[in-house]
Formats: sequence, C-alpha cells, structure tokens
Amino acid sequence: MSRRKWLWTTLTLGAALTVTPALAQKKYDPGASDTEIKIGNTNPYSGPASAYGLIGKTIGAYFNKVNAEGGINGRKVNYISYDDAYSPPKAVEQARKLVESDEVLLIFQPLGTPSNTAIQKYMNAKKVPQLFVATGATKWGDYKHFPWTMGWQPTYQSEGRIYAQFLLKSHPNSKVAILYQNDDYGKDYVKGLKDGLGDKAKSMIVAEAPYETSDPTVDSQIINLKASGADVFFNVTTPKFASQAIKKAAEIGWKPLHLLNNVSQSVGSVLKPAGLENAKGIYSSYYLKDATDPQWKNDPGQKEWTAFMDKYFPDGDKTSSFTVYGYTVAQTLAQVLKQCGDNLTRENVMKQAASLDLDLGMLLPGIKIKTSATDFYPIEQMKMQQFDGERWVPVGDVMSGAVGG
Amino acid sequence: MAQQDISFSDTAVRGLPSVEQNSWALWGTVLFLAVAIALPFFLRSFVVFQLTLAMIYAIAIIGLVLLTGINGQFSLGHSAFFGIGAYTAAVLMDQFGVSFYWTLPVAGVVCFVFGFLFGLPALRLEGIYLALATFALAIAMPQILKSSLFEHWTGGVQGIVLIKPDAPFGLPISSDQWLYFLTLAIGLMLAVCAMNIVNSRTGRALIAIRDNPIAARAMGIDISLYKTLAFGVSALFTGIAGALSGVAIQFVAPDSFTFNLAIGLFVGLVVGGVQSIPAALFGGLFVLFVPNIAESVSKGLAGAVYGVILILVIYMMPSGAAGLARLVADKVLMKAHRKGPR
Repeated sequence: MSRRKWLWTTLTLGAALTVTPALAQKKYDPGASDTEIKIGNTNPYSGPASAYGLIGKTIGAYFNKVNAEGGINGRKVNYISYDDAYSPPKAVEQARKLVESDEVLLIFQPLGTPSNTAIQKYMNAKKVPQLFVATGATKWGDYKHFPWTMGWQPTYQSEGRIYAQFLLKSHPNSKVAILYQNDDYGKDYVKGLKDGLGDKAKSMIVAEAPYETSDPTVDSQIINLKASGADVFFNVTTPKFASQAIKKAAEIGWKPLHLLNNVSQSVGSVLKPAGLENAKGIYSSYYLKDATDPQWKNDPGQKEWTAFMDKYFPDGDKTSSFTVYGYTVAQTLAQVLKQCGDNLTRENVMKQAASLDLDLGMLLPGIKIKTSATDFYPIEQMKMQQFDGERWVPVGDVMSGAVGG
Repeated sequence: MAQQDISFSDTAVRGLPSVEQNSWALWGTVLFLAVAIALPFFLRSFVVFQLTLAMIYAIAIIGLVLLTGINGQFSLGHSAFFGIGAYTAAVLMDQFGVSFYWTLPVAGVVCFVFGFLFGLPALRLEGIYLALATFALAIAMPQILKSSLFEHWTGGVQGIVLIKPDAPFGLPISSDQWLYFLTLAIGLMLAVCAMNIVNSRTGRALIAIRDNPIAARAMGIDISLYKTLAFGVSALFTGIAGALSGVAIQFVAPDSFTFNLAIGLFVGLVVGGVQSIPAALFGGLFVLFVPNIAESVSKGLAGAVYGVILILVIYMMPSGAAGLARLVADKVLMKAHRKGPR
C-alpha cells in the first residue's frame, strides 16, 4: 500500500466513523422508543377543583389527533393522565407512579401551585422534566435552582408589569389604589405592578387594601380605597370578590380607571352578576383568543381549533377557556417533541423546551412563545382589552411583562 | 376479670379454646411481620412509598378506632389533628432545625393537648351533633393554616417543603425503605399500645361508657375525664401519623388536610372494622389504593366507581374486614375442632 493510499483510507475511515454515529444513533431515556413517547400528567378530575380537569382531557384529545395524523417523527404519543384531586399528597404519589412505574419521559402540565410545589424537589432530584406547569405563580422559571421545571402561562407578576406599563404610558400621573387577595397570588400581582412602576411606585400608589378569602365582602375595603382619592383601581381578586368590588364601586359612585386581573375576566360569572353597565370601561389583559368572540369567526387558528374540537373532543365545552388553553399548551409540547428529533433524552427535552420561538393558532395575534437557556417563562406577552358592555375589545399593542431573570 | 376482657368481641369467641385462638394469632403476627419486613426488598421504591402512606393512614385510623369503636364518639374532624401533627413536625424542622425523630413525640403531645381541649366542649354533644362539631373543625383547619396570623411559621398557602431523612448508621437501604421500616416500627408500637389500652381498666371504662353511660357512672367511672382522654389519645395517634406523612410526602400545605382526608379516614375506619386495631391496616390500604383502582376502571366515573366499590364492600363485610376475618377464622376453627379429637 502506497503511503498516499494509506493516508486516504485512514482519512475516509476516520470520517466515516465520526459521521455515521451522528446520523444513525438514536438516543432514548426511559419513556421513549422507536415507536412511542410516554408522557405523564396529573390533573384534578375529582375534588373541589375538578373543573380544571377539562384541561387534562383536552390535552388527551389533542394527542389523539396527533396520533391519528401519524404521531411525532413517526412515534405515537402515549399520554397517561392521573387524578390528583388537587391534593398535594396524591400528586406526589401519582407523580412517583408516573416516573417509577409507568416510566414516562416527562411530566407535562401538572396542575395547581400546591401540587407542583410538592413534586418540584422530587422531579429535579430525579432529573425528569416537569414541563409547562399549569399555574401562574412566578417561581416556575427558576432555571438556576430547578433546571427541570418550566412554567408556561404568563405569570401574575408579568401581568402586573403589563398594567404598570399601561399606566406609565397613558396615565403617568395617576394615583393608584390596590385591592388584593392576601396570599401569594395577590402579592405576586402587587409585586409585578410595583416592579413595573419602578421609582414611581412610591408616589403613584396611594392605597393598598388586602382581603382574606374568608371575608364575607370587600365593601369596607372599597370605601376606604375610594376615600384615598385614587383615580386608578387595580382589582386583584378572584371571581366572587371581583363581582362584589365592581358592584360596590358603582354603588358608591366611584368611577376610577379600573384594571381587573385576568383571573376574573369571565363575562358570565363575574361581570354579569356585577351588572354589565357597571363593568363597562374596565380594562384587563389576555393572551389567548376567546373562542366565543365573533371577531375570530373566520380566523384560521380558530377554525383549526373548532375542527379539532368537533372531531376529537365533541363533548368538550367550546365556550370554556380551558379547552383553548389545553389545546394550545399541548401544541407547545408537540413542538418540543418534534424538535427533539431522534434524541429523546430528558436532557434534550429540556434543551428543546428552552429553545422555542413559536406562533400558535389560538394565541392572540402578535403573542409568541419564546424561551431560552436563561428564560424559562414561555409566555410573557399580553394584550390590553377593554369591556364595551358586551364583550372584551382588544386595545393597543402586544406588551411584554418579562420578569428579569 | 378475664371474662370481661373478651366479652366485647362477642360472637367471635363462641366457646372456643382461647389457647388455640392465641396460637393462631401468634402465627398470624409472625407471618405478617416476616412479609412486612421482606416486602421493601422486592418492590419498586414507589410501591414501598405507597405502602408507607397506607401504614401512616392506618396509624391515624387506630386513633379513630379508640375514639369511635371503643369509646363510641364520632369524629369527622381527624384531618385537623393529622394536619396539626404534620405542621408541628414541619415547623419544628423548618424553623427550628429540630431533628425529624424528635418531632414525632412533640407532634403527638401537641395533638394530645389539642384533642383534649377539643374534647371538653365536645362532652356536651352526642352522636350526630358531635359529628357535626368535628366536621366544623375539619372545614376550618385549611383556612386557619392559610391565615396570615400563622403565616410566619406555616408559610401560608405556599406550605413548607421538607427533607426526607436518610437511613442512619450507614444502613445500605434507600430513604424510602428506611421510612417504611420506621413507620412499620412506630405503627406496631402504637398498635400494641392501643391494644393494651383496650385491654386495661381504662379500656374497660371506655367500653362501659360506650355501651351504657349511666351504668358506667354508677360504677364510679368519671365519664367526662375518660371521654376527653379518649379524644386526646385519639388525636395523639393521628398527630403522629400526620407528622410521618409530612416527611414521607416531603411537603405540607393547607390543601393536604381538607375535609376529604377526614372522610377518607372515616371510610378506612368503617371498612377495616370499627373495633379492631389490626384491621386499621386494611383500612389504610383501602384509603390509599381503592381510589387508584376506581380511577383505572374509568377516569370520568372514578367517583362513581369508588362509590360502587364502597357499597359492595360494606354490603359484603358489614362489620368490616375484621368481621370477615373473624367469621372465616371461626368457621375454619370450628371445622378443625369438630374433626380433631377432643
């Protein structure tokens, strides 16, 4: 063998050796194989929060659609969803069952702040992704301490920041009064607003009134807030109290610029009981399309969603925001799994989940799902909307409430 | 006196030689222990974890057996004592850095005090009225835990995240297995204590109060004292179970101790057998596993399936698993007795 020929052979052989494995090697962690990807989920199908179970069912229907259309990169998605009854001990038990017995690749969309807190340490110790959790608390984007946990929806703090931007832009000299529920949920909103207002928070916020979920009404708080002379009312309340607050403010003739958190923006269960004429002019914000809103009637995203609901989830409630939510979050996971290709390791799942840049059909136009290795908050944009006495009308541009991190 | 000892287990005894029964019980216990010790080495760690939880519920149910089965008082509020126990352990570990092992007796004592104090007003209430009062306790507990008054310690709705202890002395077992053995040991100890209480003067006094309070008083039993004591001791058992559960789950939150838990424990009590301490274990297994079985049958109708299973179980074993076991044992023994030489 001549020297030159020998050299060539070595080179090609070497090249072949380095190239082939990259092409042919498939990498799997438990839960993934040539034919299947197993994903786990816990949802409250029974118990006090069972209304949320609709989200878990919508996700199941969406993966039926994915499988009927050939799966993801040729693999069927096996979606295993257990009931946790909104009880943290049950959530721990079910999560351990999913990881240790069913051997799922990841746990997707476990619902509720307490349940997710209960399993977070375990998931991170086991290095199993706890992906796109269904809660608005701000702690799910802590990629430094919990690299296996990621949120999805805009956090309460993000939303608070968006209201702050809105105020700074259009009402920079207003005086703000805040009514908030005295727990993490309420405090997260207040923190978001204060952080967003920055230096001006001290001068702009003139009154803060907390209430307890055990309080019968928030009437006295509203009277005090009115007495503070504020001309902006930031209303951080759950549906029952939101209704009371809107009604009481109208009764005592207080007509501030009213910012209502999106937890309570349901027309049927909040604004109607409060009186639609009292609710006219209230601002709020959102990120998903409202399926009942006639303006999306001919929207392609909405049409696709309607087709999905008709074919794969005919029993599902089309007027509920939960079905829109479940559909959109399931699409997000499908994209992550698609991006993983043949490298279905848990590490790669987190890597792909942290490199998303997505437009989805049922997100409001202009709102994107965006993540990076240092940004574990997929949705941080929202749009302001105003109630016109009948429905919510979008106003202004998409705004970003990124929580620094 | 010995006569009186067994008289409350009525029909079961039916003139059988008690020696024979004792030897059966002994062999049963030995077999149970052997299986219980061997199990964790053959099962997946998450099943070991589930069994640990079942034993924890069983300990809480023993508390209910003492209160309801032996003393005849109802409680739908034991989730509250379970929660107090869990939070006592959690706050001590989280805020004061106390070792987990020391929190168990403290949780027991704290719950005893709470149970005793709650027993005082409960004295005036009988039957369903007492059930309603304890129901109120169960409903109130999650809100009290969330309240801003105690938030400094309890962490409010956030709850407290805990760390599971590793096996000590470098034992070559996982923390799941260690917690299993620890729970098994504590459970056995508490079960023996409970049986001794039942078979003591105190136990007879409690039973007498249940069966005929007027006669009991005529015999010189201080009814109020014994009733409140029964509440306290019952809460003590449940509190220790709560403390163990907090560590097994590694997290306590107000939503872990809702009225559903109280109902779960009550169901476990009835299904196991109201008066039997060993049967509490069956109750614990039922509480943990039957909802899972129901869910695997049908997700949408899990609640209905659970209901059907419950009705069937109550229908087929009206006196609980203990009653069924006694019936079977009785038949077998009778047969053996008839055949064998007298």
